[in-house]
Amino acid sequence: MYAYDEIDRTLVNERVAEFRDQVERRLSGELTEDEFKMLRLQNGVYLQLHAYMFRVAIPYGTLSSRQLRKLAHVARTYDRGYGHFTTRQNVQFNWIKLKDLPDALADLAEVGIHAMQTSGNNMRNVTSDQWAGVAPGEVEDPRIWSELLRQHTTLHPEFSFLPRKFKIAITASAHDRAAIKIHDIGLRLHKNDKGENGFEVLVGGGLGRTPFIAKTIKPFVHGRDILSYVEAILRVYNQYGRRDNIYKARIKILVHELGIEKFAGEVEDEWRQMRDGALNLDDEVIEDIRSRFSYPHYEKLPHMPEELRKAAHDPAFEAWRKNSTFAHKIQGYSIVTVSLKPVGGPPGDATADQMDALADLADRYSFGEIRVGHEQNLALPHVARRDLPALWRALDRIGFATPNVNLITDIIACPGLDYCSLANARSIPIAQELTRRFANHELANLIGRLHINISGCINACGHHHVGHIGILGVEKNDEEFYQVSIGGRADEDAELGQLIGPAVKFEEVADVVEDIVEAYLALRAAPDELFIDTVERLGVEPFRERVYATR
Amino acid sequence: MPLVRGGKIIDDPFVYLADDAPIPADGAILVSGARLLQEAENLFAASRKVGVIWSNNRELAELVPYLDRLAAIALIFPTFRDGRAYTQARLLRERYHYRGELRATGQVLRDQFVFMLRAGFDTFAVRKESDAEAFADTIKRYSVFYQPTGDGRITALHRRMQLRNFEGARQ
Repeated sequence: MYAYDEIDRTLVNERVAEFRDQVERRLSGELTEDEFKMLRLQNGVYLQLHAYMFRVAIPYGTLSSRQLRKLAHVARTYDRGYGHFTTRQNVQFNWIKLKDLPDALADLAEVGIHAMQTSGNNMRNVTSDQWAGVAPGEVEDPRIWSELLRQHTTLHPEFSFLPRKFKIAITASAHDRAAIKIHDIGLRLHKNDKGENGFEVLVGGGLGRTPFIAKTIKPFVHGRDILSYVEAILRVYNQYGRRDNIYKARIKILVHELGIEKFAGEVEDEWRQMRDGALNLDDEVIEDIRSRFSYPHYEKLPHMPEELRKAAHDPAFEAWRKNSTFAHKIQGYSIVTVSLKPVGGPPGDATADQMDALADLADRYSFGEIRVGHEQNLALPHVARRDLPALWRALDRIGFATPNVNLITDIIACPGLDYCSLANARSIPIAQELTRRFANHELANLIGRLHINISGCINACGHHHVGHIGILGVEKNDEEFYQVSIGGRADEDAELGQLIGPAVKFEEVADVVEDIVEAYLALRAAPDELFIDTVERLGVEPFRERVYATR
Repeated sequence: MPLVRGGKIIDDPFVYLADDAPIPADGAILVSGARLLQEAENLFAASRKVGVIWSNNRELAELVPYLDRLAAIALIFPTFRDGRAYTQARLLRERYHYRGELRATGQVLRDQFVFMLRAGFDTFAVRKESDAEAFADTIKRYSVFYQPTGDGRITALHRRMQLRNFEGARQ
């Protein structure tokens, strides 16, 4: 965990006081809605279909049990008793009142949580691998760099009014769990041939109306230069990014219009003039941030404890263990993914009671630490393997042990037309129906790894472009229709999915997905060929034929 | 529109000169960027103060040759959402070491004062009277800053190092 000191706490409290003043001025009419809008957005407050929505940042997806209890408290006190975990390591509350917001922020500030820059045209929450610090084989804990960037991007005096929002993600593992290739800046930590840590810097990724996979702008930027290099990119973007059309304002469009070579040249020119300035990180400063991350005192434990051997006879436990627990860098420990995708439930939701209960389990079994991933699930990052059976029973009691992590019912979905004022179509009911269709664990297991992503509009909050199966809600003559694509992926081999054919009606979506899955089961070369690999091998055509043959 | 400088509301010493208006015999004048580039020598001939209004999509490189003779540069926020002038301000102060008046104009509102000060502005053509009056209080909102900019405020990273070294020295 990273420990806030007095300096960090002071800033968060100052921000709360400022926002309290801004809300008062809005309520008294001194500020117009137009003037207030940007101020509330910079504090994570949207006006949605039914109420204000409040988005809270969970920097690089790390939460303490104390912080999770405070999120539960906010859900219970100011909202309707639940929260929604998003694809960018944020949590959203959907029913909050404007007059309560300063108090909710003040409560969160007590545990060092805030909502700064969770929306608006600024640098958003810096996200990272939810397994940071515990994944085997990672170059270094990427959160040290995420924290340096979090501080640097917070209330930045030059870049708080960019052409459009700006998202940064960092990974330090060969397998990318942070989806860095669909971010405005993606950073891959690796070593150069001298053994020094630095970053491959990617730029211009993003989904929405015009999706792009990020391109490499520089293969290696030394760690000490990362703030100045990011600053150079932002400076070029702030000056030359388009401001005439909201749909062309993201950095991906600038990179596309200039071309990556020309854009890289502009950044290099800018960087050369500032790289040796005040942003250069000396070792002492990096070491100071590193020293404020604390790690658990792990025990020396066997890889295969007696408790685990015994529990292996229980097929229900085994079904859960096989897809919810993952290798940890320390022998005798596992990373446990906690599914927020129950059959028939909205993906990513957790009630206040569930959050409190999970905080207790984290204290008991995971050194008080919880992680939040972009797949809208939670994780307990340091569970002793001997505790897995007891943890599983406890998770099951609170509805958090659905054995579907990485399976077809582990769906990523945006809130859609049930909440969102931008949406054209509902997302949650589609997800709910799909989880019922594939509720049979044997079937889901037979299908294997398959990611479905659902967005209720072209803004693509459900990342439909990079779903193995992507579903996009559109509106045609006042009716909800859905476009289905296949072959997308968000990992280190990121690809955009391809449309399989004309949009279908709400009632037909689950049937179409069933058809695609049936086609896959018939076409796969072997039981261990994943859906995504079959699509890559055969292309879209056989799936299109199967889906539209009878439609 | 009230003008704030040094935390106080002041009278504007500059008079705006339209592009087609004759150059007056004396008094400080503020001219457009186009006029500055066209007749710089005439403008700077007498010992009057000359300031320029520089739009946020115009390259600073064109302005750089005149920096040591300019008494004021007014940058523009067409709306408060358009943040290009923050970059121009920082470059003028930190890269080109411009030391004259740097004025924020356009939709200049209370909630951007701290950002503007940090970027190097020292004079503010404030849209609302109430915001101008609140200036001195507003800029005290924050005492912690994460980024090093030309305003010289110490960053959180370096304050931590100072505290640490100070504590180390006491032990």
